[in-house]
Amino acid sequence: MTPTPSRTARVFPWALLAALALFPLLAPIFGLDYYVGFVRHGLIVTIAATSLNFILGYGGMAALGQAGFIGVGAYTVVALVEAGFTSAWGAWAAAFGVSAAVAAAIGVVSLRTRGVYFLMITLAFAAMLHHLGVSLRIWGGDDGYGLYAPLDLGMGLGDAQGRTLYWVVLALAALLFAFLNRVAVSRFGYALRGIRDNETCMEALGYPVQWIKFAAFVAAGAVAGLAGALLACHNRFVSPSLMHWTESATLLVIVVIGGLGRRWGAPLGAAVWLTLTETLKLYTEYWRWPLGLLLILIVFLAPRGLAALVEDPGETA
Amino acid sequence: MNAIFVLEQLLNGLGYGLMLFLLAAGLTLVFGIMDTMNLAHGSLYMAGAYLAARVHQSSGSFIGAVLIAMAATVAIAGVLEILIVRRLYPRGHLAQVVATFGLILIADDAVKAIWGPSPVLAPTPAALAGPVRLLANLPYPAYRLVLLGVGLLVALGVGLLVNHTRVGMLVRAGASNRAMAEFMGVRVGRVFSFVFTLGAALAALAGALMGPISAVQIGMGEAILIPALVVIVVGGIGSVRGAFVAALLVGLVDIAGRAFLPPLLRAVLPPALAADLGPALAGIAMYVLMAAVLILKPAGLFPARA
Repeated sequence: MTPTPSRTARVFPWALLAALALFPLLAPIFGLDYYVGFVRHGLIVTIAATSLNFILGYGGMAALGQAGFIGVGAYTVVALVEAGFTSAWGAWAAAFGVSAAVAAAIGVVSLRTRGVYFLMITLAFAAMLHHLGVSLRIWGGDDGYGLYAPLDLGMGLGDAQGRTLYWVVLALAALLFAFLNRVAVSRFGYALRGIRDNETCMEALGYPVQWIKFAAFVAAGAVAGLAGALLACHNRFVSPSLMHWTESATLLVIVVIGGLGRRWGAPLGAAVWLTLTETLKLYTEYWRWPLGLLLILIVFLAPRGLAALVEDPGETA
Repeated sequence: MNAIFVLEQLLNGLGYGLMLFLLAAGLTLVFGIMDTMNLAHGSLYMAGAYLAARVHQSSGSFIGAVLIAMAATVAIAGVLEILIVRRLYPRGHLAQVVATFGLILIADDAVKAIWGPSPVLAPTPAALAGPVRLLANLPYPAYRLVLLGVGLLVALGVGLLVNHTRVGMLVRAGASNRAMAEFMGVRVGRVFSFVFTLGAALAALAGALMGPISAVQIGMGEAILIPALVVIVVGGIGSVRGAFVAALLVGLVDIAGRAFLPPLLRAVLPPALAADLGPALAGIAMYVLMAAVLILKPAGLFPARA
């Protein structure tokens, strides 16, 4: 069914991966050390945006609470560090699991609703998590929690910081990106798209519609939680502002400007959004309004997102 | 905790609920009629608060400040409606979320450019600065009492407008079945422009009135938007009556959570745990209410569409 991708489309992901992998080695030569951290942050945001693209783009579930799961992942790391735990992989796996559990609990309630009600109930749950974060004074409350010592990666990799953390994040981002995109073209993925386009029809065909939506929602929540755990290690700081609803809105914006339900939508959106934010902040303290204008222009001029302008037509959802 | 304290907190909750209603009424009608999600509604609230604070400070007249703030906000909303919001009706909710989020970013920077990044002072009108003795031992701030009165009056006015006038009939017709209303010759587009500007006026009024008892700062619109959305979801999107009931409910639940829960917890739990748990539970009380309502009635308490 899928047409054979062109040569460029086959080579591009590997070339991009190689370029990103080499970047920390080349950056010092050009005096771009600062941007290693910037790209690392971008990769983490890409993981979170990919998880949202999975349920929003392929599943049609307009979740406006994805930042809540990022916060759950980040605070899981905080809780483990507070308890004296030092293994990075253990903390990340725990963040993945805890976020999946929280997403399951939220999903059970939220998935009873549709459309805008779903959008608002996910928003409300994220706001609830934000409030919890503000109130829990053992983890710093509103002031946040600093992670002073980096976590340990083990396996001879040493501390989860600097370039090592960059490569680990890159590997995880690439794996998750490849995996979620593989799932998107699996039987499960096609069923998910079917539900997005016509839920009643899929129900009639005998698909377990609610289970498919639930599974996708939980998976996306878990991946977002992992992104949150990585973000905690990247920033060495966790605060409730991670879970503010405008963060969820930003993720949603990234996915929409990148291209909903398109393979390269999330990475492209994250790259464009973060680069613009960074550049604008460099020149002015009024960096928000140009972004606002851009959003309005994109909604009217490129409603299918930026990826639609560059992708092979064969890759449309 | 005694009866006086309870009464005082209930009045506070009622006041907060009425202000939420002013915000939610516009939001729920815009949503109900045009199926349009407007995240920038909170920015209109912020505009009202800033404008009123500024005019009040320079002119000294609070009533004048509130009226000017409302008029100016309506003008801004009118321009926004013509330039942007009108073009969003036929689009999906996501496009609306993204575009109106863009509006929030622009509004925040505009306010920052005009009034600077720090909060501005919104003084309480001098005549209302003192307390009023409601009961022998219950002094209550006069300003909050006025807030209650204005909120009730406006709610009554909106209720009359929507339920007992010709315009209101058109509004309800549009909310319950837009296609049918259009088919019967109602110019839904015009009704919507009216509703959108009415919503802006109410949001500005809420902002102007809340200014003296809350912080007038950038981000206040984003903060109040979420409770307002909770209200319209609990009440049933598109229903003004639902928004009213839900606003009072949310206002009371929120204040009750903040005022009564911590002392109750302190009575039954160890102090350290109660100190942590109290604010956390208080903050999420209204979301629990919303989740509970949606579990029992997924379309809210008073669904506008049958």
